[in-house]
Amino acid sequence: MPPHPFAGFGLGLRKPHYAEFLEGRVAVDFVEVISENFMVDGGRPRQILRDVRERYPVALHGVSMSIGSADGLDGAYLARLRALVDEVEPLFVSDHLSWSRIEGFNSHDLLPLPYTNEALDLVCANIGRAQDALGRAMLIENPSTYIDFAPADMTEWQFLDRMCAKSGCGLLLDVNNVFVSATNHGFDPIEYLDGVPHDRVRQIHLAGHSQGRELLIDTHDKPVPSSVWDLYAHVLPRLGPVATMIERDDDIPPLHELLVELATARRVGGQLLAQAA
Amino acid sequence: MSMFALQRDMRAWLVSEDNVAAERLGLATAPGLRVYQNNYRAQLVACLEESFARTRDWIGGAAFHAAVIAHIGRVPPSSWTLDAYPRDFPATLTTRYPDDPEIAELAWIDWALGEAFVGPDAVALTVEELGDVDWDRATLRFTPTLDIAELTTNAPAIWSALAAGEEPPGMHVLPEPGAILVWREDHASRFRAIDQIERQALLSVRAGLPFADLCTAMVDMLGEEDGIARAGQLLGQWVRDGMVVAIAYKEG
Repeated sequence: MPPHPFAGFGLGLRKPHYAEFLEGRVAVDFVEVISENFMVDGGRPRQILRDVRERYPVALHGVSMSIGSADGLDGAYLARLRALVDEVEPLFVSDHLSWSRIEGFNSHDLLPLPYTNEALDLVCANIGRAQDALGRAMLIENPSTYIDFAPADMTEWQFLDRMCAKSGCGLLLDVNNVFVSATNHGFDPIEYLDGVPHDRVRQIHLAGHSQGRELLIDTHDKPVPSSVWDLYAHVLPRLGPVATMIERDDDIPPLHELLVELATARRVGGQLLAQAA
Repeated sequence: MSMFALQRDMRAWLVSEDNVAAERLGLATAPGLRVYQNNYRAQLVACLEESFARTRDWIGGAAFHAAVIAHIGRVPPSSWTLDAYPRDFPATLTTRYPDDPEIAELAWIDWALGEAFVGPDAVALTVEELGDVDWDRATLRFTPTLDIAELTTNAPAIWSALAAGEEPPGMHVLPEPGAILVWREDHASRFRAIDQIERQALLSVRAGLPFADLCTAMVDMLGEEDGIARAGQLLGQWVRDGMVVAIAYKEG
């Protein structure tokens, strides 16, 4: 089963904001951290995470599980992540519908998968192994993609639906990624958002993107644009209790600017949920 | 195309820009394929630039970038963590700059400081906690972040000046080869240049040599008075530097 429902609004923990978060007075309901940044033996990073965890609920968001690897998951990685999970007792443990590693090579990028039955079986088997190793259900995030493997047996949202049903995982729905991929590949983002399994969504990411020469790029270096807010407003009333966070990884502004964006999410979310009630 | 075949072809494209692999993927003309290759390289470049800041200061941005590109072509990443990728870069610099040994030594300092920063935690013993030690049977245990490398140049002085934003001294070769220690004290990574006597003492103690036997070895090497004095000086230095984290006792 997906993790226990949690409704709230959070931010990603980023280095320029460590001091403010450690003071413990940032108006967030939870903090999301990049798991791998803290999957180290010791030192200041681990101490910071322990101190932050004393003050806020924490979600662990990974980038290196490589859930779509054809040669399976890395046991050493899973063991380290399990140790972190046991220490942090996070709200969620998430990673991406992508792959990074094959036969000893690790790209350190979120590479796309073909949406085929073979890929679905592979991803579900890997999610099953990860969930067994972690002792809990995971959330899997929809990716931003820049290429489209053909032929496909299903759309990305159908893939997510079947993946959740078959593996028991939940969804981390990145609304910006939906917009980026819809623009790059020419599908309807509303059809996508209507097609994902709403009862499996436990967390939402909101972020900005950049226009590349020919494609939209998922850069996380700008405020959330109106196109993404519109999609958020569309999907939120269809979901159950959900955690929303603003994701910013580059050109990181002062914390108060992100809190202004988070206040927008609270306002939009509050209004929509009140209307839906 | 199977998942294995697809992922091998993506790897070939990323690492070698293999156009035949791109054609097999049916993506030879897809602009998105270039996005992934840019991401792959940019990620590794950023990792090495961040990990070797002082080395970059010393050789200059253009030379550093050329070395990084050569390294990325020669050494594809293999670990799940990017933290592991810098490990082999000093070796690339050794090959690239055989007549400038300070470059690889600076790179080793950059790398080792980063490793120590996230190494295992251990609480250092204080001078007061050593009051009751039975030195005839005691063996010192060093912090697990301790690392030692050979040193042939004044790279530590160059590194310190660059880190302070000062004009670095010119490179010179040491009159006698020495060594350099890197370790973490509390949350701060530190380094110190040492001579061959301290290097050998550290290696021996880390291998399990009891402190009394170290004293004997020092006496054999330096004579009764100087040997005992040097052993005591080393112990005091190691404790003050926060390098000693436990005392073990041999049987008997």
